[in-house]
Amino acid sequence: MKKSTMLDLLVLVIKRDLVLAMRRRADVLTTLIFFVMVVSLFPLGVGPELDMLRKMAPGVLWVAALLASMLSLGRLFSADYLDGTLEQMMLAPQSLSMLVLGKMTAHWMVSGLPLVLMAPVLGLQFDMTVQALGVLIVGLMLGTPVLSMLGAIGAALTLGLRGGGVLLSLLVLPLCIPVLIFGTGAVEAISSGLSIASHLSLLGALLVMALVFTPWVTAQALRISME
Amino acid sequence: MAINWFKYAAPTTFYGLAGKLVPWFAISAAILFAIGLYIGFAVAPTDAQQGEFYRIMFIHVPASILSMFLYLVMAGYAALGLIFNTRLSAMMASAIAPTGALFAFISLWSGALWGKPMWGAWWLWDARLTSELILFFLYLGFIALHASIDDPRRADRAAALLAIVGSVNVPIIYFSVKWWNTLHQGSTIKFSGTSMHISMQHALFTMLAACWLYSIAVVLARVRSIILERERNTTWINELPEVRS
Repeated sequence: MKKSTMLDLLVLVIKRDLVLAMRRRADVLTTLIFFVMVVSLFPLGVGPELDMLRKMAPGVLWVAALLASMLSLGRLFSADYLDGTLEQMMLAPQSLSMLVLGKMTAHWMVSGLPLVLMAPVLGLQFDMTVQALGVLIVGLMLGTPVLSMLGAIGAALTLGLRGGGVLLSLLVLPLCIPVLIFGTGAVEAISSGLSIASHLSLLGALLVMALVFTPWVTAQALRISME
Repeated sequence: MAINWFKYAAPTTFYGLAGKLVPWFAISAAILFAIGLYIGFAVAPTDAQQGEFYRIMFIHVPASILSMFLYLVMAGYAALGLIFNTRLSAMMASAIAPTGALFAFISLWSGALWGKPMWGAWWLWDARLTSELILFFLYLGFIALHASIDDPRRADRAAALLAIVGSVNVPIIYFSVKWWNTLHQGSTIKFSGTSMHISMQHALFTMLAACWLYSIAVVLARVRSIILERERNTTWINELPEVRS
């Protein structure tokens, strides 16, 4: 029998979580519909002037993406926690950080990636230019995984608590602020003719840092919550 | 003579020590507050640009400094508690959090009162104001997480992890907000010297020391209450004179 590597494990966890998500498509769709609705509410709230909407668009899309990712975080570990799977995962001889990274990746593919793909359509509603839309998508591609990873820490810490959802947002939202700033900053930079390299590099740096540290921190948080 | 460095790491011994120290810190804080406010309001000259308004600095600056330092101290204790599994460190961390949050709030509040006459607005989305606000949120998150977990050991460890993650994030947040927008005046006191009048410096440093002593006094008093609450089922607590009476 072939010895299973870390990568096999990662792929296995991602596949498993994606299958589970596809069995309950409504959950995935709710996040996406929430995102679309929040974004569509803004023009109704502030008025239909295209100049203003164009200026607001990156901020609105990013904040909506941030809120939408909070919405689905509660489910990241709770189902596995309730049916005991999480306990088995922690007993497994493989690295818990790797398992967690797999779950984070699957969470992003289910709740982050659809938002990234949906964003250009919504951006057109706000009369964004093609150039700005391109930067927005690159920024979201780099930034939404960071949101999933930071959120996973909060989800692990609040596992099984009463009022976990609201508490989770309270813990995670302040930590996500740099992502929001650099993400919207990149779009504003391209709109005013400045270089976007610094913003996107910083987003990339945040992504790399999150990739290295958050799986381990989340694993520690799970150990604290499960003992 | 061998000194036992860890003697006061146990709640049993620390409870008595803290009880003896609290009055000293509280009294010296009160004296320094009185001196600092006197110099600040009566001795220090009127500022050339800001008139009398600058005097709010004597509470605003110490509060801001302490709100930031206390977060680091809190995260330090939290890390100690998480790594060495000491009960007292975690209790210290949860005793510091409310004081830190209070100073963050005072800093925001006095900043708003200072901003209105100087900038003509209560609030501006300036880098330092925003990062102070985020720091306030981080404190609230710590307190809320600690409060919503019933098992105190789990609460300590979970909140400790959050505090550590937060302290790693604080510089990132600070610089991201700084590049985002900057309006707040730079600090006047630098290690290379200062342009500030000497009596203003005296007032500022006295107030800073007073705030430090106040924080220590309050944190020690609070940690005593936490010890009493957590260890209420032990014999040594029940033998304390103040508990028995």
